[in-house]
Amino acid sequence: MYQWVSLLSLWAIPVTIAFVLLYGWRKQVPVYETFVDGAKGGLTTTIRILPHLIAMMVAVSMFRESGALDLLLRALKPLLDLLHFPEELVPLALLRPLTGTGSLAIATDLIAQYGPDSFLGRLAATMQGSTDTTLYVLTVYFGAVGIRNSAYALKVGLWSDLAGVIFSLLIVSYIFA
Amino acid sequence: MLNVIWLGLIIISIVVAAMTGRMEAINAAAFEGAKTGVTVCLGLLSVLAFWMGMMRIAEKSGLLELLARVLSPIIQVLFPDVPKGHPAMGYILSNMSANLLGLGNAATPMGLKAMEELQKLNPDKQNASPAMCTLLAINTASITIIPTTMIAIRMQYGSVNPVEIVGTTLLSSFAATIVALLIDRMYRYRHIRRHR
Repeated sequence: MYQWVSLLSLWAIPVTIAFVLLYGWRKQVPVYETFVDGAKGGLTTTIRILPHLIAMMVAVSMFRESGALDLLLRALKPLLDLLHFPEELVPLALLRPLTGTGSLAIATDLIAQYGPDSFLGRLAATMQGSTDTTLYVLTVYFGAVGIRNSAYALKVGLWSDLAGVIFSLLIVSYIFA
Repeated sequence: MLNVIWLGLIIISIVVAAMTGRMEAINAAAFEGAKTGVTVCLGLLSVLAFWMGMMRIAEKSGLLELLARVLSPIIQVLFPDVPKGHPAMGYILSNMSANLLGLGNAATPMGLKAMEELQKLNPDKQNASPAMCTLLAINTASITIIPTTMIAIRMQYGSVNPVEIVGTTLLSSFAATIVALLIDRMYRYRHIRRHR
C-alpha cells in the first residue's frame, strides 16, 4: 500500500506537467508565453496572501510561546485521549474550517517543528491539503450573489471538514505506519 | 469571524503571558512569527507561479473543457435541478476541474460564475437553493490531485520526498467529498419535503 501510494505521488506531477505541455503544443498554444502570463498571476496571489500570513503567524506564534496553547490542550486532553487524536494537531483541526491562511500558518509551523517527514508533519500536510476553508468559501460564494440565508450549506461544510480530519488521521496512520 | 479569532489569539496570549511571566518570550515570538510569514510566502511564490503558469496552458488549450466534458454525466446526477445545457453546467464543471488540479485560486472565479448562473435559476433570491448548497459542498471538500501549497512547504523544510503526501491527500479528500455529498443529499431531501 505504501509503495503504491508513494509511486502514485512520485509520478503524478511529472506526468501532469508533460501531459499539459504536450496537449497545449498539439493545440498550437504558444506554451512559453502562456506559461509566463499565468505565472504572473502567481505573483499577485502571493502578494495578496502575504499580509494575511504575517498577521496569522504573529498570532499563532504568540499563542504558542505564551503557554496559552498548552492550557487549551490540557483542557481538551481527556477528550483527545478518548479519540486517540494527536494533541499537537488540535489547533490545526479547529482552525482549518475558519481560516485558510491561519491554518496554513499552523500546518507550516508543525512541519517546521517536527520535520516534514515525521508522522505529525505528514498528517499536518494531509489535513491541510484535503479540505478547504468552509467559512471563506461560504462567505465569498454566497456574498458574491447576495444570498442572505445559506440554508444548510454551513452544516454540510462543517461535517465534511470533520470527515476530512478523521480520514486524514486514519489514512496517514495506515499508510505511514 | 476572522477578526474575533485573530484578536482573541493575541489578547489571550498577552494575558496568559502576563500571568505566567513570559513577556519576554512573546515579544520575541511576535516578530519571529512575522519573519516566518515572509519566509513561507517566498517559498510559496515559486510554486504558485509555476502551477498557475501550467494552469493557463491547460485553460488555453481547452484541456479544462475536455475534462469538464468527461465529467458531465456525474454533474447530471449531482445537480438534478439544473437543466441540461444550461451555462451553469459548464461553470460548475470548470470549477470542479480546477479544484481537482489543486488550484483554489483558479477554481474560485469559475465557482463564482457558476453561483451567478444558479442564482438566475433560483426562485428565492435571498435563500440558497439546494443546487447552490451542493456546489458549496463540493468546494469545501474539494478533491485534490496535487496539493501544491503543502508540497511547496515540505520542499522548503527539506523533506526527503516532498510529494509523498499526494496519495494520502487524494484519498482523504476523496472520502471527505463522498461524505459531504451524502450529507448534502440528506439535507436536500429534508429541505425539499419541508418546502412543498
